[in-house]
Amino acid sequence: MTADIIIEALVKIGLVLTINLTLVAYLVLAERKVSAFIQNRLGPNRVGPWGMFQSFADVGKLFFKEDIVPAAANKFVHTLAPLISISVAISTFAVIPFGNTIAINGQEYKLMIGDVNIGILFILALTSLGVYGIVLAGWSSNNKYSLLGGLRASAQMISYELSMGLSVIGVILIAGTLQLDKIVVQQGEYLWGVIPAWNIVLQPIGFITFLIASFAETNRLPFDLPEAEPELVGGYHTEYSGMKFGLFFLAEYANMITASAVIVTLYLGGWQFPFLEYLGLSPLVMTLAQMGAFAVKVALALFFFIVVRWTVPRFRYDQLMDLGWKVMLPLALANIVVTGFFLLFR
Amino acid sequence: MEKFLEKSIPVRRKNLTFWQKLYIPAILSGLKITMTEFFKPSVTIRYPEERTVMPESFRGRPVLVAENGTERCVACGLCARVCPALAIEVQAGETELGKERYPERFEINMVRCIFCGFCEEVCPEEAIIMSQEYELVFTSQKEALFGKDKLMKPIEEVQTRLDFLRKNR
Ligand code: SF4
Ligand code: SF4
Repeated sequence: MTADIIIEALVKIGLVLTINLTLVAYLVLAERKVSAFIQNRLGPNRVGPWGMFQSFADVGKLFFKEDIVPAAANKFVHTLAPLISISVAISTFAVIPFGNTIAINGQEYKLMIGDVNIGILFILALTSLGVYGIVLAGWSSNNKYSLLGGLRASAQMISYELSMGLSVIGVILIAGTLQLDKIVVQQGEYLWGVIPAWNIVLQPIGFITFLIASFAETNRLPFDLPEAEPELVGGYHTEYSGMKFGLFFLAEYANMITASAVIVTLYLGGWQFPFLEYLGLSPLVMTLAQMGAFAVKVALALFFFIVVRWTVPRFRYDQLMDLGWKVMLPLALANIVVTGFFLLFR
Repeated sequence: MEKFLEKSIPVRRKNLTFWQKLYIPAILSGLKITMTEFFKPSVTIRYPEERTVMPESFRGRPVLVAENGTERCVACGLCARVCPALAIEVQAGETELGKERYPERFEINMVRCIFCGFCEEVCPEEAIIMSQEYELVFTSQKEALFGKDKLMKPIEEVQTRLDFLRKNR
């Protein structure tokens, strides 16, 4: 029995990890392509058709680059930091349900790796661990720009984690559970029989604050102050080279995928596709269609992440803090109050 | 000057309307712009596969016009005289043809040439003109000495430039 569980978990981990890492490679390509199209360019198109293998060539190149550690750096922490970043970024995906249950040989398997009953807390906890990677990288490099980047990252993440957590509370209040798969199942219902009861409909304000906080958590433009190139050289990864830099780079994109998956799960109905159950499909086809729906939603969210990066300029630091504490926090709090009253008096 | 200074001091606008303070409409209009650009065709020319077609007014490398296999040049030496970069060397010889003189040797040092087009302008015979070729690669100084073999071009290939010169001179 225990062996069964371990094998099941390992198979799922292997699958999700492979898909995730491939997705990261193609997300980097997608970002370069989308930015190129927005600027009326073509983007990478030399390595393979449409530049399909560009990312793999880049990773190959990074592996053969010299790995330079500054003489005055703390070597152990300097090596540890990118590892923290990448492992946190990848392991957050463990609790995200990417489909309903699938039946193989008469046995039901849940399509998520870790079926924990505190899914949301797990995600929040891990994403806050991610800041350690950046802060330690900034500190251990013994470079003032890196340190500034690291400090900015910690201040930014702490400020935005607050509103992130608070906006999630609205969802938890409605769902009455921390379990992500249950939250997704609840979003399969319909309001007045027509509108899918996705949390984006029930929690529009919470959705916006969560979305903005996700951008800040993933250090994406307009909140990429920790690595603001014009001011901080490269921010926390100024002193990184070779594959260590590559790990930070991959972590940023892995974080983006996780953030999109969390947004989809919490607010956009997860793997639910409205009115799919009326088509009378067989359970297997149904599950596959739902996984497809999840993938499409995540892809759209990622596209949104990318397009925003090439649209909105970077915030100034005081604007960032203003937005975090004076706008997002009150909004998220008000959202909780309104949701609470609504649930009390309906 | 004073007025200019006053203008350049950054002013923080305080009289924004609620709609402007919301931020989101501004972001949406920005997204609209990027999305329309996204679907517009790209302006990139995939260089080795595609090449720009140069307009006739383009001054590429100078070439000698060849009519029926012989050059039009009468070796008057005006081009060599006018060339500001001293890139041209002409050595005259006698020929049985009607023009009586021809360049025994005609060399342009492409490392020196600055593509000014003076040679083309001064030539009395329309014998040296600027082509539309811009790809010049050499690996040594010797290779950069273009003799008659490399400079001669059949008149059909440079007709557009000749027409352009007739019209605009
Ligand atoms: S000016 Fe014209 S004709 Fe005279 S030498 Fe030069 S190319 Fe020949
Ligand atoms: S283009 Fe100018 S520099 Fe070049 S050969 Fe003619 S006159 Fe000399």
